[in-house]
Amino acid sequence: MSAVETTRRPSIAALVEGVLNGHRLHLARAISRVENQEDDAGELLAALYPHSGRGHIIGVTGAPGTGKSTLVTALAQSYRNIGLTVGIVAIDPTSPFTGGALLGDRVRMRSLAGDPGVFVRSMATRGSLGGLSKTTGDVVTVLDAAGFERILVETVGVGQAEVEIASTAHTTLVVEAPGLGDEVQAIKAGILEIADILVVNKADRPGADRTIRALEMMLEIEGDGARYVRHHGQLLRVESPVEDDEEAGWKVVVMKTVATDGTGVEALRQRIDAHRRWLLESGELAMREQLRIAHTLENILRAELNRRIASRIRPGSLDALVERIRRRESDPYSAAADLLAHL
Amino acid sequence: MSERKIRVLVAKPGLDGHDRGAKVVARMLRDAGFEVIYTGIRQTPQMIAEAALQEDVDVVGLSILSGAHMTLCPKVVELLRAQGQDNVLVIVGGIIPEEDVEKLKAAGVAAVFGPGTPSQEYVNFILNNVKVPA
Repeated sequence: MSAVETTRRPSIAALVEGVLNGHRLHLARAISRVENQEDDAGELLAALYPHSGRGHIIGVTGAPGTGKSTLVTALAQSYRNIGLTVGIVAIDPTSPFTGGALLGDRVRMRSLAGDPGVFVRSMATRGSLGGLSKTTGDVVTVLDAAGFERILVETVGVGQAEVEIASTAHTTLVVEAPGLGDEVQAIKAGILEIADILVVNKADRPGADRTIRALEMMLEIEGDGARYVRHHGQLLRVESPVEDDEEAGWKVVVMKTVATDGTGVEALRQRIDAHRRWLLESGELAMREQLRIAHTLENILRAELNRRIASRIRPGSLDALVERIRRRESDPYSAAADLLAHL
Repeated sequence: MSERKIRVLVAKPGLDGHDRGAKVVARMLRDAGFEVIYTGIRQTPQMIAEAALQEDVDVVGLSILSGAHMTLCPKVVELLRAQGQDNVLVIVGGIIPEEDVEKLKAAGVAAVFGPGTPSQEYVNFILNNVKVPA
């Protein structure tokens, strides 16, 4: 069985070489090792990291059923049409009860099958709550090092506060669909604030215009562009001259798509590319990279500290302390400070 | 620190579109704690093998009701082996005549489960046969 085991667990050096040379099985295995946080994952990532930093990372987030998978597929197709390679990471939730997951995003991605310029990986959240899994950022790094020019990251169907994607992606799309809420939903804090581009998908459905107006009104409150007034209960758009203000800053706009038939997808892709150009020219890209790296470093430090602390606390040694706290002879704050001081 | 999950691809090769069974099985596997990648209907053996590679799965579950199993299943096994996925367990569910079961096994299919198989049976089969490196 030793020959089989060798093919099952290639060495780090072999994996790195495979990933850098477009060996798809090695790429898949490298991703597994990172996702499973195996002991040598850090070594693998350290070897791949110098080759990363070239791909443009596009986050696609939004509520369940807004059409994220279909939109990701259509965008990937659009990038393939202009000759760019695409890596996709699609995330679905892990059951908090069984630890199992049903990863169904591939059902929508069948048109990408058989294209060697595309690599799709499904991931389960494995207990993370921010819309991504703990290792999504690292898996993106592996795809980036493998040379994919555009990396699309599809979050789980999110609610209002899962904003972690913004610290992983260069360009964040927030996808909405008609009929999901009124203008008050649109001005709530959270998910909408992280959008670089807002997308109303399923724009052929009834109510699409209303959704678009609500989102545009929300954007208008933030500043420039057309103004909106209420007239007999109807929202009316009052055009005001829009300067080309790309010099001043990035203008978040609402784009309409029908991902199932491709309507608006080309325009969306061009808007994403415009965002990339703006990021590069304004110096914002370097700032976002700094944030992303700080975030990564912090996560690694936190995980390592947790591991070290956990390894120094003898199993069961906290029980007596917990009992003392329960009897109010101590309190959790002093007990924690005391424990840490003696580690 | 390592967090290894058994990953299972559930696919329906060929042209029959009856995916209720495949969906029930996918759900049962999910509830058994596996990560199930569901690809849906009308998959070619090439699409299935490619998805199994990208997802680095331990198990490929094929659901077939069309009668084309003798063509499709060995082809999936062959493609998996050709791309270096020697350890991937291929299991088949659906309507498979008794006389074909041994032929499928000879072609590299690990197990065949007919209609009405209790979920515990294929879950245990997977748990007992997937070689998870310690």
